[in-house]
Amino acid sequence: MHVVPAPRPARLRPVHFDTAYFRFGRHSPRIMASSSNFPGNLLGTFLSEAGSIGAFGLRAIRVAFQSPFELREVVRQIYMIGWRSLPLVVTSGMAIGVVLSMHTRATMERFGAEALIPAALSIALIAETGPLMTGLLVSGRVGAGIGAELGGMRVTEQIDALESLAVDSFHYLAVTRIVACMIAMPILTTAMNFSGLVGGFLAETTVSNVSLRLYFHQAFAGIGFVEFVAPTLKTVVFGFIIGTISSCLGYTTTGGSEGIGRASTRSVVLSSMGLIVVNVLLVRMIFLIFPGGAM
Amino acid sequence: MSLVDHAVRFDGVTKGFDGRRVLDHVSFDVPRGQACCVMGRSGTGKSVTLKLLLGLLKPDEGRIYVNDVQIEALDSAGLVEVRKTIGFLFQYSALFDSLSVGENVAFPLRRHTHMSEAEIAECVRERLAAVGLEAELERMPLDLSGGMRKRVGLARAFALQPSILLVDEPSSGLDPITTREIDNLLTDLKTAGKTTMVVVTHDVASARRIGDKLVILHEGHIIAQGTAQELDQNRNDVVQQFMESDTEVQNAIQR
Repeated sequence: MHVVPAPRPARLRPVHFDTAYFRFGRHSPRIMASSSNFPGNLLGTFLSEAGSIGAFGLRAIRVAFQSPFELREVVRQIYMIGWRSLPLVVTSGMAIGVVLSMHTRATMERFGAEALIPAALSIALIAETGPLMTGLLVSGRVGAGIGAELGGMRVTEQIDALESLAVDSFHYLAVTRIVACMIAMPILTTAMNFSGLVGGFLAETTVSNVSLRLYFHQAFAGIGFVEFVAPTLKTVVFGFIIGTISSCLGYTTTGGSEGIGRASTRSVVLSSMGLIVVNVLLVRMIFLIFPGGAM
Repeated sequence: MSLVDHAVRFDGVTKGFDGRRVLDHVSFDVPRGQACCVMGRSGTGKSVTLKLLLGLLKPDEGRIYVNDVQIEALDSAGLVEVRKTIGFLFQYSALFDSLSVGENVAFPLRRHTHMSEAEIAECVRERLAAVGLEAELERMPLDLSGGMRKRVGLARAFALQPSILLVDEPSSGLDPITTREIDNLLTDLKTAGKTTMVVVTHDVASARRIGDKLVILHEGHIIAQGTAQELDQNRNDVVQQFMESDTEVQNAIQR
């Protein structure tokens, strides 16, 4: 019997995930030509990358409960990550609220259900739009910042300098940023939700005479504790994802200024993708845990 | 053999990267209170030597003793204790660029002492005055010249008054006058503070000024060690080329 030999699996090459997936330009022909098993290579690289980031996150969870707790640095990072993101989040929230309100009105008017506009807007914002938009905004602003900052510190030996000063650089730099992201995200999401509702109210006042009190009464009428808490708390997971991915890529940067740029870009791309994918799982979980109450 | 007189000791240390041996069974020691200059061409493992001493890298083989403690066997908590006794001046200073000059020097004091803020401020002023930068307390590292950054790095490395100071390329990127100033500072610290120093350099003139003992690394091995005078008499070609390099520069300047 003639046996066709199985194709020899191509050796895994250290192709960067973003290079292969997101920069199909001058790199792609080289990558494609380098291996006869292109999709397999990408899968291998992706799994390797995901494994490294996962191990980094698990180490962060373990180290977070070890002394010293670096509370001063955590507070500083909450200020840098949370407070400094607030103008971006509030402005975006108001704009999203205005746009959502206009779209909702256009639909509701057809059925004569304008009175439901505040409730519809609040459900849309609090259940999904607010958490996800906040996550994406923070992954853009903070993810890039952490990736570039830690990458710069690695390249300029500042991380080695911390170690030489008898400081656990992993705890001091990575864990504090991850914890700060986890604390800042629900607060920023709440700010996004509230500013979205304010934006919606402002849009409504241009076309109707609804009062502020009535508007917010209607907006919160359909929102219970579970409806607010579950989607807001899932942003703690978003914060963990953003903090872990960007800290991991920055902390392990190699390759000078090009490496810093790569860490920054990949932090945004991977953390945005990560939280969009994980969001699907979290929403499913929320529906399982709160079958009647969750939105 | 007693290790009491040696602050630093390498015993048959081997370290490789990607299958290439950068250090191959390297052994040397540094008597307490003396300065040892490790020299060699680029890529011969000089900086690796310092990172091994600090426990930032682990040796593949051999033992490293710092103040009689075998450091490659220590866990992270043990390394933290050892590192408190070591100061490190990095090649490009590695100052924390988000902190001011004063905050950089205060950083190890805040982390590892119970001093009050007033005591820390006084100590920072003292350390900066010792390197002639008392007036630059509030400036940011990026606003400083290379020589000034090096001096701030020295003040930070010496903030906790470590018994051992590791210095990576003190003359790198500096003009000859600033290089001499840094060398003088290091010599003063060694004399006044009785500090043991391991200085990595390729600048023979600096090594002659600072070092009580010189070690020359070549292709992963130590090919010569001793005082500058002893190495001047060494017949090895590489050693001779090294030791004569500063004489050639001096002759060229005089011509």
